[in-house]
Amino acid sequence: MSILRVEHLSYRYGQAEPVLRGVSTAVSNPEVIAIVGPNGAGKSTLLDLIAGQKTPWQGRCFVQNKQLNTLRRDELCRLVAHVPQHVPRDVPFTVEEVVLTGRIPYGVGLYESDEDHQHMEQALRRARLEAFRHRRFLSLSGGEQQRVLLAAALCQQAPVLLLDEPSAHLDPENQALLWELFAELKSSGHLIVVVTHHLALAAQNSDRIWLLDKGQLVADGAPCDALDPARLHDVFHVPFYWHTSTEGRVFLTYGR
Amino acid sequence: MAAELRRHATSVMALSVFAALLTAIICPFLGGTGMDYAKLFRQEAPDWNIFLNLRIPRTLLALLTGAALSGAGAMFQALLRDALATPSSLGVTAAASLGAVSAIALVPGDTLGFPVVWVAALCGSALVIALVSALSQARRFSSFTLLLTGIAINGICTAIILLLHSMAGITRSFQITHWLMGGIDAVEYPVLAALALAIVPASIWMLRMARIWNVISYGDTWAIGRGVDSRNITWKGFVVGTILVGTTTAVTGPIAFVGLIVPHLLRRVVGPDYRLLLPASIFGGGAFLIVCDTISRTLLAPVEVPVGVTTALLGGPFFVWLLWSR
Repeated sequence: MSILRVEHLSYRYGQAEPVLRGVSTAVSNPEVIAIVGPNGAGKSTLLDLIAGQKTPWQGRCFVQNKQLNTLRRDELCRLVAHVPQHVPRDVPFTVEEVVLTGRIPYGVGLYESDEDHQHMEQALRRARLEAFRHRRFLSLSGGEQQRVLLAAALCQQAPVLLLDEPSAHLDPENQALLWELFAELKSSGHLIVVVTHHLALAAQNSDRIWLLDKGQLVADGAPCDALDPARLHDVFHVPFYWHTSTEGRVFLTYGR
Repeated sequence: MAAELRRHATSVMALSVFAALLTAIICPFLGGTGMDYAKLFRQEAPDWNIFLNLRIPRTLLALLTGAALSGAGAMFQALLRDALATPSSLGVTAAASLGAVSAIALVPGDTLGFPVVWVAALCGSALVIALVSALSQARRFSSFTLLLTGIAINGICTAIILLLHSMAGITRSFQITHWLMGGIDAVEYPVLAALALAIVPASIWMLRMARIWNVISYGDTWAIGRGVDSRNITWKGFVVGTILVGTTTAVTGPIAFVGLIVPHLLRRVVGPDYRLLLPASIFGGGAFLIVCDTISRTLLAPVEVPVGVTTALLGGPFFVWLLWSR
């Protein structure tokens, strides 16, 4: 049984040219997948379609063999947790309260259950936010806010976690910790799909790359295969190089 | 934390209900004209009749209206993600006013019965629901388009009201002005019962959805990602808010400021969580309007100040002070 299956997925705004064209792929095991590609390639659109934030123009998405557009919104969110690119503005709540919004798909009774609070504690711990629990969301830095949103998504206990540029506001230490967390989540059975512009980090830390260009999936495979320098040059129009350090670490650089 | 929130919510609810009850019990005894309390307690005319048929219905009308406007205001502020949203933001008040003014200006007859004006005002509100219902079928339906539509409806209704007002004769023109000033007048008990039948279930629904209003206030993307059908809930909230505002406006006319001031004041006291804010706003709004109405009919007695003037003059400066004092 596949965890995630995407069939001929296309999307267009109104009558304009499609921004995503016939994307098909499937994932059978827990993995960390990085969606990469130039600006406007359709990365966030693909993520939004899987998250149910947008309705496909053509094609279908399945999670655990359930077709997503036939599910109620709460059912969908028990399968897929989405962290959007833009942090919500003017949120007057505390970190704990924001993280607890991840329990909404499990019932909208007036108060959260003890079980909801247990999941919140676990999510705070995983996102290393225990010390911030009573802080106002608005008083946090951009990177801390992004970790709070990640914790809310973790609190959702969905097998598929979608993140749109989660490391955009993070310092190197927190970026490294984030990818370590992804690996930890993978080992506990989650599928992580991350949109990122950090190709080097994606190459080092992900199991699989989806390379998008002009709305099409032009490569789908292990980083060393998908991020072929010649292909990357075609897509990004700058030269890319794979290097091996003296310690044997393989890394990717780019630039003229 | 859950138990703590429950305790806090219970305390806020108890305090709010207590404030509403206290004002509802005390204020009917206060008035511009002296009341003979001995006669009142012996249930003798005319004091007993004034108390029973004028002051109590008036107090109950203020309680229901204040609760509806303040509760709807708090909900609209979450729904529209706009701190300045009021019950009139979506055009409901203006449409109800247009219905009432059309009835006053156009229905023939020397004296126009109030039910005709009420029904016309309700028809105005229903028209807004029908219009927004048609718009909700469109793909672009969102809280933002709802707000812009409300601004357009407000503008159109105000223009037609001005046109009708300018074409009306002197008597009807006065009636229109009087209605537009809004006010809490004594109404018969069956009217209050009908109003309560609309307001109480709508308020209970609003309270039950409090956790959803919290999430909706983050924005559509976040709410959708947490399993909330944002479009559907926005539409339902709009209908319920229209019922609350339309029914009260039909009976009292437009009363400004309550839906803006009360939720904002209480947000400072109880915080942004709608599980605390909504009950506080509903009962606090009722208490606030009872007090404002009592001031309206006593301060310059025997002249009665329109309650909308009192709400603005009392709440406005206090609101500004509160905003700048923190």
